[in-house]
Amino acid sequence: MTTASIQIRPSSTLVFSAALLVFVGVVALVSLVALPQDPFDFITDEPFMPPAAGIWLGSDYLGRDVLSRLMDGTRITLFMAMTATLLAHLIGDTLGLTAAIRGGILDAALSRIVDVLLSLPKIIVGLVVVAALGSSIWVIIGIAAVVYSAGVFRIARALGTDLKNMDYIMLARSRGEGTLWILFGEILPHVIRPLATDFALRASFAILFMSSLSFIGLGVQPPLADWGGMARENLGGLSTNPLAAIAPAIAIALVSIALNLLVDALDDDARH
Amino acid sequence: MGTSVLTVDHLGIATKAGHKVLDDVSLQVRRGEVLALIGASGSGKTTLALAALGHMRPGLEHVGGSVNLNGVDVLKAPHPVLNRLRGRIGAYIAQSAAAAFNPRIRLGDQVVESALLHHSQKSAEARARAREVFRYLSLPSPDRIGSRFPYQVSGGQLQRFMIAMGMQEEPLLMVCDEPTSALDVTTQVEVMRLLKRAIRDNNTAALFVSHDLAVVAQIATRIAVMRAGRIVEVGETDQVVNAPREEYTRELIAACTHLSLASLANRPSRLLTAPATALSVQSIVAGYGNVRGGKPQITTLHGVDLEVGKGEIVAVIGESGSGKTTLARVIAGLHAPASGTVALEGEPLAGLDRERTDGQRRRVQLAVQMADTALNPKHRIRRILGRVLRFFHGLRGDAAEARMVDLLAMVSLPANYLERYPTQLSGGEKQRVNLARALAADPDVLICDEITSALDTIVAGQIIDLVKRLRDELGLAIIFISHDLATVASIADRVTVLRHGRVVEAGECTRVLSAPADPYTRLLVASVPELRRGWLEDAAATRKALEVELEMVRPTVAGWNEQAEMMP
Amino acid sequence: MANIILWRLGATLLILLVVSLLVFWACEILPGDVAQVALGQYATPENVRALRLEMGLDRPAIQRYLEWLVGALQGDWGRSLVTKTPVSSLLSERLANTALLAGVTTLIAVPLAVLLGVVTTMWNGRAFDRAATVSFLALSATPEFLLATLLVLLFAVNLGWLPAVAYLSTGSDFGQTARALLLPTASLVIVVTAQIARMTRAILGSILSQPYIEMAVLKGIPRQRIVGYHALRNAVGPLANVVALNVAYLVSGVVVVETIFAYPGLARLMIDSVQSRDLPVVQACAMIFCATYVVLILLADVLARLFDPHSLAERPTDAL
Repeated sequence: MTTASIQIRPSSTLVFSAALLVFVGVVALVSLVALPQDPFDFITDEPFMPPAAGIWLGSDYLGRDVLSRLMDGTRITLFMAMTATLLAHLIGDTLGLTAAIRGGILDAALSRIVDVLLSLPKIIVGLVVVAALGSSIWVIIGIAAVVYSAGVFRIARALGTDLKNMDYIMLARSRGEGTLWILFGEILPHVIRPLATDFALRASFAILFMSSLSFIGLGVQPPLADWGGMARENLGGLSTNPLAAIAPAIAIALVSIALNLLVDALDDDARH
Repeated sequence: MGTSVLTVDHLGIATKAGHKVLDDVSLQVRRGEVLALIGASGSGKTTLALAALGHMRPGLEHVGGSVNLNGVDVLKAPHPVLNRLRGRIGAYIAQSAAAAFNPRIRLGDQVVESALLHHSQKSAEARARAREVFRYLSLPSPDRIGSRFPYQVSGGQLQRFMIAMGMQEEPLLMVCDEPTSALDVTTQVEVMRLLKRAIRDNNTAALFVSHDLAVVAQIATRIAVMRAGRIVEVGETDQVVNAPREEYTRELIAACTHLSLASLANRPSRLLTAPATALSVQSIVAGYGNVRGGKPQITTLHGVDLEVGKGEIVAVIGESGSGKTTLARVIAGLHAPASGTVALEGEPLAGLDRERTDGQRRRVQLAVQMADTALNPKHRIRRILGRVLRFFHGLRGDAAEARMVDLLAMVSLPANYLERYPTQLSGGEKQRVNLARALAADPDVLICDEITSALDTIVAGQIIDLVKRLRDELGLAIIFISHDLATVASIADRVTVLRHGRVVEAGECTRVLSAPADPYTRLLVASVPELRRGWLEDAAATRKALEVELEMVRPTVAGWNEQAEMMP
Repeated sequence: MANIILWRLGATLLILLVVSLLVFWACEILPGDVAQVALGQYATPENVRALRLEMGLDRPAIQRYLEWLVGALQGDWGRSLVTKTPVSSLLSERLANTALLAGVTTLIAVPLAVLLGVVTTMWNGRAFDRAATVSFLALSATPEFLLATLLVLLFAVNLGWLPAVAYLSTGSDFGQTARALLLPTASLVIVVTAQIARMTRAILGSILSQPYIEMAVLKGIPRQRIVGYHALRNAVGPLANVVALNVAYLVSGVVVVETIFAYPGLARLMIDSVQSRDLPVVQACAMIFCATYVVLILLADVLARLFDPHSLAERPTDAL
């Protein structure tokens, strides 16, 4: 073999990343029903107590159970990431595919707006909006949804434009088929898979983005905490109970890596 | 009998999934000999050509036998050994020079690169040799052209650079993989002539891969016929062409003669009593960019006329850049002309399809070249045909079902193909479905845009027969667009020859192709490959004679006119 | 070519104008008005009114926007609502610190990443390839604050070699500055390097599947030269793009890293100002970050075009 080929066995990578994501999802669901401790209750007077029997990850800066808060944070983190990505895709896919098929002024106008959005650093947009509107879960979700819908628009539009130039779409148009039929009949079956892949990737960006906002103190506000917020509030306890800050940060890294591996494996799969 | 340069011994190569690509292939190429490998696409000929230089594409593995190039077992040799061999002992000439040259490195540097890496030539020596070869291959300004980048020269010139690169180190063996099939016919003649001379003058051995028997017959000492990974017949050129032993070789030769100018002679004459005009095209001017003073910025059609009657096939012939595809798109309403009219039975049509009525759109149907992109790969044939029936005729249920079966029968496909997806069909079958879909609309006019050019000779012949049958059975008016005169000769009633967006000659097919009046038509006719020996030399002579008249002596600096005309 | 660059430059200026409008507008839609925010919730209505007059808030928004814009162009960003000092005086030192952090990171990460990307592509072996792919992917998907926290835990808390907080003062010598910069820079370098290296590999990988690479193989060119010359030459344009985008992406990394190490940079200033709702400072910081980002993207685009030979001779095609 003389040309480069990145050979990833889809099975092992897929299985690992999918299993991890499913596990995280299950944890989020379980946290709705039962948690080892009340995540808002002070279980000990000692802040940053090291792990012990029954308090597997120790206590946080106020003496609350880190494990329970981590599980509770899983739900908040996933909910925010999923909602934001879903919204970003709803906006981006609809507008992107429509722009690709219709072309003309609509396409030009939307594309320019997206150009502007994409040429702004996302975190700065987040900071300005938080400065203006204050911080709440819904504000953060809204920022992420709008900011990421621009990237989704680009992808959806590119997919749509590629397909539009296919002879079968050209022939359907010349037959006199309407935009809706072309969109749902001819185009949609081709774009579902790439858009689903993009969804996973976009979700990993969203998780990193939102937890960064929380980490700098402008995201989810106490006493609620997503993973980024937990990493921030327990930063002071690195010498006594480092797990309090590091466990949530590791959780973010694992989910983000698993999503990226999943996308890689799916891409690889599609190529063969 | 000279010594053997290349010996392939019981070679087997398979995909990693276990599908055999080459099965027990043995052959020899001796010094100074040209062995042609001929076969349809997928017969394994490119895999064999690459294996001759010890290269296998990703996804393939060596399952048996050996390849010996000048004493080295190249499929077992380590990379450093292979790298010293490649270019110096065995050189490769790729099919598409446009893709095979690195776009970011100057042509001259690419030509001498191997020689410098092999230390077989010193820098100044290598450059001098390159200039000498450029001159030998009649490249313009040979002393300076090496400093150009690939995008700065035309397609024909690029193919000559490819040959120059192969000749740089005077290898013992040149492996030529379809070296001219990406070129226009008139350019092909020149490149073939140069290649043939280069091989002869240097006494180089060559392994020459092609799908075109007529081209191969001009250059080969011996011919090996491949089919499905096996060699079915090997013999001296004359023997294979004139007295083939195998049935498959006979089929290939039959298809080759079927689709040739020779077919004009033994064509049953069709008595046409001036058929009623179905579609007429008048003074179409079309192109791209803003229209100023009635002319688009880049004009591809300068006032083209065309007329086609019921039950008649009119061929539009032209090389790349002649504007023939634009013409098809204008007629189909996919491209608005700057001026001129298209009329259907006297009734003028709007420029764009969306301004035409449903009836008008139904009556003019287009079948395109690439059946792969013409059929939605996610839809079954049932849905592809059914949608057209429902859209234009409101047919559903049993009525639609019956009609679909009829349509498939019309293009000689069984009814159970309705359940298939396009990816489950062969190239020829896809093209049949493509035609069936056009027929589903019940058109009066059918435009076929290069529908056979992506197909192998034998399959192309079958599609041609199908189109003829459709004309006779349905009385369709057919506009058959092609770059290939041989195909046209066997099918058209009348022809129109396009060059640079202008009609240079039009008339009855037999007359135009047997006694062309225009010099360009004469050149085209002379450039159609023929099986007979000496055709290449005749064609080259005709080309030379017509060069001045046709203003083919091109300026030394490639402007984009030339590129538009010559890029494959 | 020059036309395209001029056109892109014009588009960039237009984008910056739109951004300035958005930034200004964002701070206008604030619930309650700036004067109220500045004085806090216990201010008397008289005081608020007086401040509004003083700040010129009674005049139309358009007029204030234009004054703000003209001032900003001259380097006058108004006065901080919190410290009452000119914003520009707050900016200069912070800006220099952030530029130092981002600059050092870029200087280390970019050459390192491209080198790693190229070298790991040259050595091809399945296991090695896979290891390189997965490790670059994992590192580039890791949040900066995990890396930074781990580095602090190891070097500051456990080993005690380096400070956990990066104090920079005007008087500090080179050694002190270097010690303060080490951990913040390292956190950023790891993530940025992994990202650029990963994309370099992807770009080279797609170039290596081109027909002209197979031709080079068949000419007897060794793999190192194929990757380092034939492929790399074609990768320059896309690489310029990737590098600039990643340097731009540094903005978000800088925000996080400055927080964790209490690094006295522009991002830290902006976050503090967002928390204290010191809007003139937020506006100034946002404009500076956005302008840097937009200019880097412009640069990437121009570089990519300069290195694309086809942009010199765009050919019309038959397809629409």
